[in-house]
Order: sequence, then structure tokens, then C-alpha cells
Amino acid sequence: MTSRAAIALLIAAFAASYALAQGSDDKRRSGYQDMGEALQKMQDDDSANPGMLFVQLGRQLWDKKAGSADKACADCHAIAVMKGVAARYPAIPQGADTPLDLEGRINLCRTEQQRGAPFPPEDQELLALEAWVAYQSRGEPIAPPDDPRLAPFRAQGEALFRLRRGQLDLSCAICHDDNAGKKLAGATIPQGHPNGYPVYRLEWQTLGSLKRRLRNCLFGIRAETPAWSAPDYVALELYLMQRARGLPIEVPAVRP
Amino acid sequence: MSNVLINAPKTAKSGELIELKALIMHPMETGFRPGTNGRIIPRNIIQRFVATWNGEEIFSMAFSPAIAANPFVSFFVVARQSGTVELHWTGDEGFDVKEQVAIAVG
Repeated sequence: MTSRAAIALLIAAFAASYALAQGSDDKRRSGYQDMGEALQKMQDDDSANPGMLFVQLGRQLWDKKAGSADKACADCHAIAVMKGVAARYPAIPQGADTPLDLEGRINLCRTEQQRGAPFPPEDQELLALEAWVAYQSRGEPIAPPDDPRLAPFRAQGEALFRLRRGQLDLSCAICHDDNAGKKLAGATIPQGHPNGYPVYRLEWQTLGSLKRRLRNCLFGIRAETPAWSAPDYVALELYLMQRARGLPIEVPAVRP
Repeated sequence: MSNVLINAPKTAKSGELIELKALIMHPMETGFRPGTNGRIIPRNIIQRFVATWNGEEIFSMAFSPAIAANPFVSFFVVARQSGTVELHWTGDEGFDVKEQVAIAVG
């Protein structure tokens, strides 16, 4: 298949899954739809999307042995099994009672199975592995699990989403529910769906996690940012994934 | 570890204008930014990119600190003969990456 045909197919697949995800009453929009045409083209073209560099790096790291157990991710998991995983995370791993996001899950394998040091936040290798795993779910609709143990965490996430805070006394909901689609300075306020993470953000000039993006918003409203390890982020992500149920995973997405 | 994405046609007609696209992972650190300790982070950029077709230079460019991280380069060339296109990036801190693609011209 030529790359042009592949791109056309990808665009068609996105369009079809958006149509599917959005019944006539569904006003939800991926951030993709609020971007300019040039950025959309950049995301759709796998040879121009800089996020693909990280996917490629993740593919290499997946097969690389690490830690004192000298095991690679590929020694336990076939990559094909990772299809759909990013569409349902955060989830509660076997034998645990609190939910983990995808990067938390990767770090759990890192410490328990590979017996290595966990990756620090926003580590390039961690983001690359996360991108490689999430890339397997590209085009899959977001499908949060029905696990009843997640409900209290999700409710906590929704409460955080609606909590006014910071010197500007804003909540996530004020911008991303009530005023989405309007302008904040020159930029369109997106609805804030988590379907492209980790995203290549042009402002960052690198791939970044949803956590980094949430911290960005908190800083913007001049609120205190919880520590990187705080459970607030996972709770918020649980609610955001529920809110974006059915939207297609776009990893690696490009955002301004 | 070099990390490059190249988009070039595998085949071309003789005399056809073809586009070559290349994306490379590189921080393109400007040399103007202070780090968390307040000291300037030393400049680390790609300085030069050269493309050759069977050893003959077909395109080159000089990079500046104003160019974003993970630079994307696209250029056009007229396909004359089958052969190998070599893309070569060189820069600060001994950065030196070569990649090759074969193009059949018929």
C-alpha cells in the first residue's frame, strides 16, 4: 500500500469512527477537530508526525532487556496483545486495589518484573514505551472498564474536575465544559479529551503525558500542582476517559 | 541511538520530480536557555544536512538554533538514475547520522 493510500485510509477511518462515536446529540469533539488543517495533516502523515519518532523508539525499547532480571517487555508480552489496552486504562491491576494509569502500569512491570529502577516522570524512554503501547490502540474507541471498584475513584475525579481552585478560581469544567469552542486569546478552547496521549505538543517540542498537560492547566489558573505521584491525576484521568467514552485513540496525536 | 523516519518513493520514472522527506530525533538545544540550576544549557544543534544521490550532492542546508526540535526536512529532486540516496546529518557534540534509501528509476 502506498503511503498516500495509507493516509487516505487513516483519515477515512478517523472520520468513520468520529461519525460512529457521535450520534446526532453527541456534541463531543476531539481536539483534532479544533486544530488547523496544517496540524491535522501533520498528525495524519506518519512520516511528518514527530510523535512517530517516539513510537519507533518505543518499538526498539520493547525488545531491549533491562533491569537486574535482564528481561525485555517482549519476553512476557506479544505487542499484539497490547491492542485496546490504552483505550481502557486507567485500570486496577491484578492483586492491587488502586487504579494505575498506563505509565504507572509500565513502571510496575519495570520494578516488579524487570527489577529495575522506575522511570522518573516524563522520562523519554517511559513516554516512548507508553506511545508504542498506546499506538496499538490507534483508532480504537475509548472503552473504560465496568469494574465497580473504579467508581469511587472516578467520582473523585469528577469532583476534582468541577473543583474551583487557584488564584483565578477556575475549575476544569468552566473552560472545558461550559466554554469549550470559544476563544482563549487566539486559541480555541478544546473540550479536553484525553484520546491522544501521550501527545506531541509543538509548544513542548517533545512528547508529553496527560499528567504534564494537566499540570500545565493547573499552572495556568495559578493553582497549586499536586506532586507527580499524587493519586489526583489518575482519578481525573478516569473521569476524563469516561467523559470521552467512544472517541477514537489518536496516539501519537499532534497538538499545538 | 539514531532515530530517523524517511519517506521516499521506492521507484520513480526517469525525469520525474520526486519528494524526499526526512524527520530526525534531535533536541536542537539553542544554547540560550538557562537550566533549572540557572546555568545556560550548552548549545546542541544539528549544523548541517547533506543529501547525495550516488555520491553526488543534490541538496544541503545549514541549521540554526532557531529551528525546532526533531527537525523535518522536505525537498524535491529530479530522478535521473537508479541508485542510493544518502542523508547525512552532522552537528554539535559529535552528532553524526547517516541513512540510506534505494530508489529504482525506470
